[in-house]
Amino acid sequence: MKTFLKTILIDADYQPVRLLALLRKVQAQYRHIPAAAIDILAEALQIPRAQIIAVVEFYSFLHLTPQGRYDILISDSITDHMLDKENILGYLSSMLKVDVGEVRADGLVSLNNTSCTGMCDQGPAGLVNGLPLTRLDRPRIDEIAALIEQQRDISDWPAYLFAVEDNLHKAGLLLNAPIEKGAAIQAALDRGLEATLAELDRSGLRGRGGAGFKTAAKWRFCAEESAERHYVVCNADEGEPGTFKDRVLLNMHADQVFEGMTLAAAIIGAKQGFLYLRGEYLHLYDKLQAVLEQRRATGLLGDNILGRGLEFDIEICLGAGAYICGEESALIESLEGKPGIPRNRPPYPVTSGYLNQPTIVNNVETFLAAAKIAVLGGDWFAGFGTEKSAGSKILSICGDCARPGIYEYPFGIAIEQILHDCGATDVLGVQIGGPSGTFISNQEFKRQLAFEDLATGGSFIVFNNSRNVLDIAQNFTHFFAHESCGFCTPCRVGTSLLKKQLDKIIDGHGSAGDVAELESLCQLVKNYSHCGLGQTAANPILTTLQRYPDLYQNRLKNISYEPGFDLDGALEIARRMARRNDAGAHLSQVEE
Amino acid sequence: MTGTIDIDGQSIPFEDGQTIIEAATAAGVYIPHLCHRPGYTPHGSCKLCTVKVNGRNCSACTFPATDGQTVINNSDELEQDRRRITQMLFVEGNHMCPSCEKSGNCQLQGVAYHLNMLDNHYPHFYPRREMDASHPDILIDHNRCIFCNLCVRASKEKDGKNVFGIAGRGINKRLIVNSPSGQLKDSNMSIEDCAAHICPTGAILIKRTGYQVPIGQRIYDQKHISEVALAQENAHGQD
Ligand SMILES: Cc1cc2nc3c(=O)[nH]c(=O)nc-3n(C[C@H](O)[C@H](O)[C@H](O)COP(=O)(O)O)c2cc1C
Ligand code: SF4
Ligand code: FES
Repeated sequence: MKTFLKTILIDADYQPVRLLALLRKVQAQYRHIPAAAIDILAEALQIPRAQIIAVVEFYSFLHLTPQGRYDILISDSITDHMLDKENILGYLSSMLKVDVGEVRADGLVSLNNTSCTGMCDQGPAGLVNGLPLTRLDRPRIDEIAALIEQQRDISDWPAYLFAVEDNLHKAGLLLNAPIEKGAAIQAALDRGLEATLAELDRSGLRGRGGAGFKTAAKWRFCAEESAERHYVVCNADEGEPGTFKDRVLLNMHADQVFEGMTLAAAIIGAKQGFLYLRGEYLHLYDKLQAVLEQRRATGLLGDNILGRGLEFDIEICLGAGAYICGEESALIESLEGKPGIPRNRPPYPVTSGYLNQPTIVNNVETFLAAAKIAVLGGDWFAGFGTEKSAGSKILSICGDCARPGIYEYPFGIAIEQILHDCGATDVLGVQIGGPSGTFISNQEFKRQLAFEDLATGGSFIVFNNSRNVLDIAQNFTHFFAHESCGFCTPCRVGTSLLKKQLDKIIDGHGSAGDVAELESLCQLVKNYSHCGLGQTAANPILTTLQRYPDLYQNRLKNISYEPGFDLDGALEIARRMARRNDAGAHLSQVEE
Repeated sequence: MTGTIDIDGQSIPFEDGQTIIEAATAAGVYIPHLCHRPGYTPHGSCKLCTVKVNGRNCSACTFPATDGQTVINNSDELEQDRRRITQMLFVEGNHMCPSCEKSGNCQLQGVAYHLNMLDNHYPHFYPRREMDASHPDILIDHNRCIFCNLCVRASKEKDGKNVFGIAGRGINKRLIVNSPSGQLKDSNMSIEDCAAHICPTGAILIKRTGYQVPIGQRIYDQKHISEVALAQENAHGQD
């Protein structure tokens, strides 16, 4: 172990900011983070052991106890559930002879759930040792189980098990024609950087990661900060369930994304950039490294870009299973090798970001758009979309529709048009913007996709009339409780209380007042949480409660007291001890 | 640069760099808080100090005072919501006040009195948490930890030691000890450390000092936490 750690430590230049990358390597090698490795890393990096343990326990893909040699995680996204995930998971569990959440006694295999893996258009999906498994069904599981029992190396498994499709169904102004490599940098330098920032401003481009902050303003704030160094960060954490467009953008147009980052670097004066790639997209890592290598070889990255004295390079940092790391300040913490806990603001990243230096964080699609704007100008982009939402939005559509995949539309498009294009019929409602967004009912399909009406980072999940609104809200509510970083009280405790309270109602143990209580808890979590996760964690309940109050009310029991639990169920042990099962040994908890 | 902010109609001066809670405390205005302590890096996690600044909820312990801010600290809504947040802290851990040595000296309890909290309101989590009685002088009862991070900061910033850390995610957060065994006895913690005395609840206790002051005669048995906090923080604020 010493030599292995020494090798990776040398690779990491003994930098504590690379702790997460180091731990990912240790996990891959030993299937957990052994105590001995923690000691060596603490010593070598000169950091407390507790800090390392804090990182290990924070990220879902790192473990203090050994996982199986084949570690299988099944995506728990609502869309996977709609594709019969529970059944698939049960079958997998029986074929592999391992319970969910367990490691098999012989240590060969472990099985668990994981949050959405970004394969909602080709689920049920999962990961084996970090690599994506798609379109899981019984024959595939039979094959996987056989490969595991034969202890075949994953590199020898048939490629089709890992096939990830782009499923691009509709290209718009960005996807219909990528720019030539180097064209954006060339155009920006020819026009002048200040003039290019003015073009970006004129384009009206707003961030595509969800919040919609004006990109030119962010870059300008950062450029105006005087500091030793500036940094450019591309947010490819893409953890919002139902979002997978950044995966496709990076697979198809990585060059243009990197070009957008280089453009930003020139404008804000950065020499170093990072692509923060969610751990679930490990399969893209080598390909993206190759693209970077090629850009270096052709003078598009390095210390004299295009021979014009511009210096910039990009490093790819992998996440390790934490939705919160998509929040920009948590992402920066993660880049620094720490648990992804959102920072206090102010200061904002543009003044104090990575290593407390001015930093811009932008979504993959934002960089993609910026690069093309640098070439074609601001008016070109502003000519599409609505007044407040310029340009196009790239959607990842999944759920109940004939053609799930990637669609690009100018902003202002009506929801009904999108539903028509993707082949959705008999629609109950659509979740727009993922769990943190809005559930709209089939009475609202004339509404528009735009920051001023329905905003989305890209997630667009369709539900048909066979689906149950409460099941959807429940899946999302559990997601947030699982992903809360736990820093602040209202979200750490509140998301778990929301889960309990919603489960209580759905399980039929709610009574008068329980829905009102649920709603007031929602408001509390929303209004007092520290960051966007907590502030939106109640949205699945709030947006469905607003539209379908009866669905909630109808689950309540008509009794005058408020049982917090199943009274009769709680007596089960006593009945077994007393060997009784007569009517007198049961407590009724039904209508009076 | 200095200026004034308005808290509930009262004009309060501040100096550049002060947070809202610092300005308020100096002016004798109490804002409920648990994870804040003068002289420590602000943490901003408990959210008890939430005030409305120009209509927006902000943590008073981290938010900088700037000239002309209108701050609401006392309102029925804030009082009710702060009470709910405190109740969340109570149900999350195992807080059995009547049998706790810290009763009467506990800031969590003091804040609960202040907010007129009469019950726990939410269902209990009853988490299974360990005790660490390994250290000769100091006891950790994890049941009472509220993750305020004060011992972590005290050990790091005041004692120069890094004895504590917070690990885990979400509701599974836990206080951990920086020692090979994970036990306090194997750390370099000592009874003189700031970290040994900073816990606002009864999670970190000094052994052999229990019940020296009878329950009923303790700090918050006698005085309101607002009074105690303002007096203490203005006296030792710069330690
Ligand atoms: C819980 C949470 C998760 C987020 N996840 C992402 C994400 O996966 N990708 C992303 O681009 N932005 C995400 N964001 C938004 C970022 O904080 C940030 O606003 C965004 O990256 C800025 O880029 P943009 O201006 O280009 O949109 C998330 C925010 C929150 C609160
Ligand atoms: S709102 Fe949730 S995710 Fe955000 S800081 Fe608080 S606990 Fe962490
Ligand atoms: S005192 Fe401000 S958040 Fe805890």
